Amino acid sequence: MSALDRSHGQGAVTAAGDGRPTVPRAAPRSYYGLPVLNEPVWTWEIPAYFFAGGMAGASAPLALAASVQGNRRLARAASAVALAGVAVSPPLLISDLGRPERFLNMLRMFKVTSPMSVGAWILSAFAPAVAVGAGRELLGVAPAVGRAGQVGGALLGPALSTYTAALLACTAVPVWHEARRELPFVFAGSSLASAGAAATILAGPSASAPARRMAVGGATLSLCATIAMERRLGALAAPYHEGSAKPFARAAKGLSAAGALTLACASAAQGRARMPAARMRSWTGGRSSRGRPIQSAAGVALLAGAALERWAIFRAGIDSAADPAATIAPQRARRDRA
Amino acid sequence: MSDFELPTSSWQASYGEEARERVGFFTDTSLCIGCKACEVACKEWNRVPEDGLVHRGMSMDNTGGLSADTWRHVAFIEQRNAFELGDDGEGGLRWLMASDVCKHCTHAACLEVCPTGALFRTEFGTVVVQEDVCNGCGYCIPACPFGVIDRREDDGRAHKCTLCYDRLKDDQTPACAQACPTNSIQFGPLDELRAHAQDRVAQLVQAGEQGAQLYLADGDDGIGGAGAFFLLLDDPEVYGLPPDPVDPVRRLPAIWGLTALAAGTILAGVAAAVTGDRHRARRR
Amino acid sequence: MAECHPVGFQWVMEARERGATIIHVDPRFTRTSAVADLHVPIRAGTDIAWLGGLINHVLTEGREFREYVVRYTNAATIVSDEFLDTEDLDGLFSGFDPDSRSYDVSSWRYAGMQIDPAAGARGQTSRAEQSHGAHGAALQEGDPPHVDETLEHPRCVWQILKRHYARYTPEVVEQVCGVPQAAFRQVAEAICANSGRERTTAFVYSVGWTHHTTGTQMIRSASILQLMLGNIGRPGGGIMALRGHASIQGSTDIPTLYNILPGYLPMANATSAGTLDDYVEDNNAPAGYWGHAREYIVSLLKAWWGDAATAENDFCFGRLPRIDGDHSIYPTIMGMRDGRVEGFFVMGENPGVGSGNSKLHRLAMAELRWLVVRDLQMIESATFWKDGPEIDTGELVTEDIATEVFFLPAAAHTEKDGSFTNTQRLLQWHNKAIEPPQDCRSELWFMFHLGRRIREKLAGSQDPRDRAILDLTWDYPTAGPTAEPDAEAVLREISGAEYGPDGKALSGYTELRGDGSTACGCWIYSGVYGGERNLANRRKPRTEQDWVAAEWAWAWPLNRRILYNRASADPAGRPWSERKAYVWWDPDKRSWTGYDVPDFKVDMAPDYEPPEGAKAEDALRGDEPFVMQADGKGWLFAPTGLTNGPLPAHYEPHESPASNLLYPRQPADPTREQFPRQDNRYNPAHGEPGAGVFPYVLTTYRIAEHHTAGAMSRWMPYLAELAPDPFVEVSPELAAERGLRHSDWATIVTERTAIEARVMVTERMTPLHIGGRTVHQVGAPWHWGTSGLARGDSANDLLPIVLDSNVHISEFKSATCDVQPGRRPRGPALLQYVAAYRRRAEGS
Ligand SMILES: Nc1nc2c(c(=O)[nH]1)N[C@H]1C(S)=C(S)[C@@H](COP(=O)(O)OP(=O)(O)OC[C@H]3O[C@@H](n4cnc5c(=O)[nH]c(N)nc54)[C@H](O)[C@@H]3O)O[C@H]1N2
Ligand SMILES: Nc1nc2c(c(=O)[nH]1)N[C@H]1C(S)=C(S)[C@@H](COP(=O)(O)OP(=O)(O)OC[C@H]3O[C@@H](n4cnc5c(=O)[nH]c(N)nc54)[C@H](O)[C@@H]3O)O[C@H]1N2
Ligand code: SF4
Ligand code: SF4
Ligand code: SF4
Ligand code: SF4
Ligand code: SF4
Ligand SMILES: [Mo]
Repeated sequence: MSALDRSHGQGAVTAAGDGRPTVPRAAPRSYYGLPVLNEPVWTWEIPAYFFAGGMAGASAPLALAASVQGNRRLARAASAVALAGVAVSPPLLISDLGRPERFLNMLRMFKVTSPMSVGAWILSAFAPAVAVGAGRELLGVAPAVGRAGQVGGALLGPALSTYTAALLACTAVPVWHEARRELPFVFAGSSLASAGAAATILAGPSASAPARRMAVGGATLSLCATIAMERRLGALAAPYHEGSAKPFARAAKGLSAAGALTLACASAAQGRARMPAARMRSWTGGRSSRGRPIQSAAGVALLAGAALERWAIFRAGIDSAADPAATIAPQRARRDRA
Repeated sequence: MSDFELPTSSWQASYGEEARERVGFFTDTSLCIGCKACEVACKEWNRVPEDGLVHRGMSMDNTGGLSADTWRHVAFIEQRNAFELGDDGEGGLRWLMASDVCKHCTHAACLEVCPTGALFRTEFGTVVVQEDVCNGCGYCIPACPFGVIDRREDDGRAHKCTLCYDRLKDDQTPACAQACPTNSIQFGPLDELRAHAQDRVAQLVQAGEQGAQLYLADGDDGIGGAGAFFLLLDDPEVYGLPPDPVDPVRRLPAIWGLTALAAGTILAGVAAAVTGDRHRARRR
Repeated sequence: MAECHPVGFQWVMEARERGATIIHVDPRFTRTSAVADLHVPIRAGTDIAWLGGLINHVLTEGREFREYVVRYTNAATIVSDEFLDTEDLDGLFSGFDPDSRSYDVSSWRYAGMQIDPAAGARGQTSRAEQSHGAHGAALQEGDPPHVDETLEHPRCVWQILKRHYARYTPEVVEQVCGVPQAAFRQVAEAICANSGRERTTAFVYSVGWTHHTTGTQMIRSASILQLMLGNIGRPGGGIMALRGHASIQGSTDIPTLYNILPGYLPMANATSAGTLDDYVEDNNAPAGYWGHAREYIVSLLKAWWGDAATAENDFCFGRLPRIDGDHSIYPTIMGMRDGRVEGFFVMGENPGVGSGNSKLHRLAMAELRWLVVRDLQMIESATFWKDGPEIDTGELVTEDIATEVFFLPAAAHTEKDGSFTNTQRLLQWHNKAIEPPQDCRSELWFMFHLGRRIREKLAGSQDPRDRAILDLTWDYPTAGPTAEPDAEAVLREISGAEYGPDGKALSGYTELRGDGSTACGCWIYSGVYGGERNLANRRKPRTEQDWVAAEWAWAWPLNRRILYNRASADPAGRPWSERKAYVWWDPDKRSWTGYDVPDFKVDMAPDYEPPEGAKAEDALRGDEPFVMQADGKGWLFAPTGLTNGPLPAHYEPHESPASNLLYPRQPADPTREQFPRQDNRYNPAHGEPGAGVFPYVLTTYRIAEHHTAGAMSRWMPYLAELAPDPFVEVSPELAAERGLRHSDWATIVTERTAIEARVMVTERMTPLHIGGRTVHQVGAPWHWGTSGLARGDSANDLLPIVLDSNVHISEFKSATCDVQPGRRPRGPALLQYVAAYRRRAEGS
């Protein structure tokens, strides 16, 4: 193969000198099969933050609602989850940036054109709110301030869970940008799922009914949104089907579905707890105490599913940016149409 | 997806008196001889570090592309020219050379998504990174539709062409344009360059250069027009350029809308989940 | 040109934009081809056949510029009946002596007269060292040349040309050069159509034409063609020799060559020129500007020995060294290897990488007693004794090398004042931009202070031989903490002045005198300091003056931008055409005028006839433009001055994949200088058994990314990264034949050694079809060496030393080789690998 073949006067994207895999002839022309875009430089901390932040964000309103309803166990659980979520977020971000003071640069200005800027402010406001809210629920300190914090957190939380979708959508990475319509709902769904699951595990069957519904509903939402996303992406969804994101995407779907299903049945069974059917009891673990293991297991599956979902989307972005065809083909098609 | 006017593209307003005529590059690749003087002059003037000693086997290109450590990149493409057939029936051999650079977009995604304001619009309408402000968040990198800006390993900050901001301030020509022996890199007021480019491409097409085409030469593209545009002899993708780039931030209003909706869904979801809960009933 | 003279190439691009047709003749498709209108691939080393074909085209189609040819060239001149052509002698001209493998040129002379090199000793054979100063030629006393302006006389130059070139047909060109006849005709037509009264065609060449055993005659071929088409001495015409190092032109004007003195005055030699008068008699021409040999040499001696140089002592002429043989670089290197040379100064050169058979150079330097290297970088030539390839193979052992190596850091051109003389004879001054770092010093500083110290050591010596040094004028003013000599003072000395403490600077060589009252370091540079001004330092932009831009710097001679510009006007002194008007005769003012400095006494009328006994330029007629030539004519036929023939004849390169189709009895140039020795083995010649072991053509060249032997690029991160590894360019067909994979390594082998390089498979390399065979060419940039940031094997290790007999230039551009996939063996295994090849080549 000569420099000529490899420089795609011919219309094929073929291997570059360093043995990068050959893109099939069908693919559009490109420059030695090199990516048009520069790959995102983000590392594992970012998807991890997406998960933690998302979970915290959806936990806040749950904490408030439960607290208002007087479901103290659930309120405690949700507050703890929210607190844990915001607690790990800054460290994750800082470790990606390198130095702590660099996070402060984020707050030099507020830019509506920069989801990251918006997110930085949301996180900065959300964290204290959650903190005082948790203070009220867990330690019983400053109830009034705490309530205010809970209200604030409940309003900011959902934004924290979903702005990260805007952040990804607002890039030139095809698999992210072209998924801009579904991505927020994927994130919303898996945030609900993870928040619900975490609360279920902590609060236990008797108190976690709302959390379970939330988890099941969230998982369903994210599954539907994901399927819709991949359908819309069409060829661009390749990374989910063959790329390095494939195993994660699959596992995410599987775990979420399984978790949701199990939890649904468990809840349903628990709901019919008074029904005198020993057999049924035996497998649903109807009575609260005996239902806990299986519900917790389902919760863990949902958490893992939500985490892997973020990781899959992140990986897919890296692959998509690295694939010249992903960038060029749709644009070429657009131009030829015009 | 309604476009919306970006604060940054109304830079003149934001500079008022200070604002200067918008300048940029017209890179006419039909005049390029691939000498790489631009690539080297840029590094010399801006003290850009060496970018790795790798033999790539991509014709005479051992640089690969633009990066934090390469702000001008000369592409080399060997091809059988589909347009002029040689007597062997095959296309005559042709060797395309083109010097790529940051486009200094009117709607510059890198700048718009930069959370710290490190990327800013200069009084010349160009897009520049303030190294001391950049916190290395890396958002600008996937935001750029051209794969221009990138993060440097050692300092963890983003770097790219500054259109020689320092030289512009002293009314000097950017180093790359200064070094270009054949005037393939033409620097000047954007309007003049655009006008000239139209004539040039017409002239070439008339002379039989059927592949000749302007790239990013007017305001009505996905990035609201580039400060650095090109005359190419083949399709943009052949040079590693996106055929129809779009500033992702254009879709941000819609994206924000859907994001708000999704956030609302979370609230609704929680509300739905807690309502009809029998707790209250049993407790009382 | 785009690769190696990119800045100069901007004018070619500008010409293209203005409608000029650019034709690139090169074995490879380069950056130049990429922007040219037409690229003609040619087999390396066959341009004499190619240009011969074009000459024949002009002759047979009658496309010459008739009036120009008849009046301005020696086409009409009748040649001695003793002359026999290659057509008569199977590829040899008359006068060949098989033993010395050289020509007695006497039979090449014009009928009825005697010719000698204008500036070269008389009565010698053509052997190199005598002919070197040759710069035009002189007719000795005798009848004026016999001419036949009808060009019909069978022995007139024109008819000789016709017979000589008759066999250089398009068919032959195709067979020899591999250029399809269609392409040939296209080029021939383009050139002819673009020449004549209204239009001119320019040729640009560089070392693609010179790096051959026949290099000089390649340039001659171009000269003949351009003279026939009337493209010499006219705007937009000429032959532009693109030079190399920034001042390589300067280094022949004020030579770093052993056999000429400044201004192309021949070095005095041992066999003749005992006294100044002998020298002047030998080198003075009765007609033309070489008729002032005494003025030039005496002024030079005055510049050197000042007061010590008096009429009584021949102006110290006796103190000039005498040439007693070939002391050019390659024989000297072999002298080192053989222990005949003890010490060596390497200043601004990197022979360990840059010279043909650089391996031999490294081995030779290891035999020296002392070696001084002055350079910007710690180059291979300074470090071969510890990290050269021979240390790896075990051929050299550091402990056993007795050479004492001194490395002296040099100041770069940005760190000192001085001038560059470019290919256009333009002296351009450059000012020091920054102080040289640490111990770095300029050449001027080194030479001046070295001389000063030697003179201090010799002070008071009575030994007569030391007078040569002690009497030198060595009094340049110095300044600054390092006592840097004043470069302008040197320039002034070169330019010349009335001799004496406050003698005024001369305005040109026409003011030189032979009585010791003027001193001038280089007659052709005389006037560069005219009016006590450094004219080389003029920087008036072209936008502020006419298109000749006479006020940008200064061109020798006399700030003349086009030589022989008298030829831009017709014999009557009128421009050939308005479009091409350049200098012309103004009958009213009775003087020459125009855009450039006329190449003529301004008041010498076109109808001027030299009176009886006229001398020098006065002995030329008013319509004889070639004022450096004794007959005032452009020489289609060179009766003297060349070692290998009055006309170019096609010979194959020393190592060639083909037989000589035109002269089967003479494969390669019969006078080429060969050095058959174990450390300079030659591949078997075509047809010899074993030739098939090295089936491919090897040609070496530069790339835009690197500079020569690399010290100025391989050490620079920004340049090193542009081309980090050595590579060879091969066609897809050759790659398939040898199983070479793009970007993998290949090993290239010759009788000398084997090197490795990356493979660049590219359609830019075209297999050539010659005599029904396919000839593959391997292209190898030669910039790499063992040191610096970008390191690798040197292509020069592969090349043999075999030289053009006129100028001793090495055949860098065409040898034969084999190429195999994969890296070369390491250590001693490399020697065995090459030995195996040698055995196969010997067929044992
Ligand atoms: N970038 C760069 N510029 C340089 C230099 C450098 O090293 N790098 N070196 C400087 C120096 S010292 C010099 S001398 C000049 C040399 O300048 P050039 O002469 O341009 O240098 P080369 O590349 O050695 O040779 C020129 C071309 O001759 C072709 N060639 C080889 N054999 C033949 C032949 O038989 N016939 C014809 N027609 N062509 C042939 C080669 O393929 C090559 O493309 O460049 C100067 N400029
Ligand atoms: N195979 C092959 N071999 C070739 C050629 C080819 O085409 N093919 N080309 C031939 C030609 S044309 C040439 S000119 C030679 C060139 O070959 P060389 O002259 O041997 O190689 P260069 O690298 O040019 O050496 C110049 C050196 O001068 C140093 N230098 C630069 N400026 C200064 C200064 O001001 N003072 C001092 N003291 N040193 C300085 C540089 O660092 C460099 O090391 O190579 C010849 N060799
Ligand atoms: S090309 Fe990329 S880096 Fe340059 S201004 Fe546009 S978006 Fe920013
Ligand atoms: S990396 Fe620097 S320049 Fe880029 S977006 Fe972040 S802060 Fe702005
Ligand atoms: S404008 Fe300046 S910074 Fe930008 S590429 Fe040219 S030289 Fe480099
Ligand atoms: S300097 Fe000009 S000619 Fe040379 S590579 Fe750059 S753009 Fe092309
Ligand atoms: S290196 Fe110097 S001499 Fe050579 S092209 Fe560039 S500017 Fe001209
Ligand atoms: Mo040279």
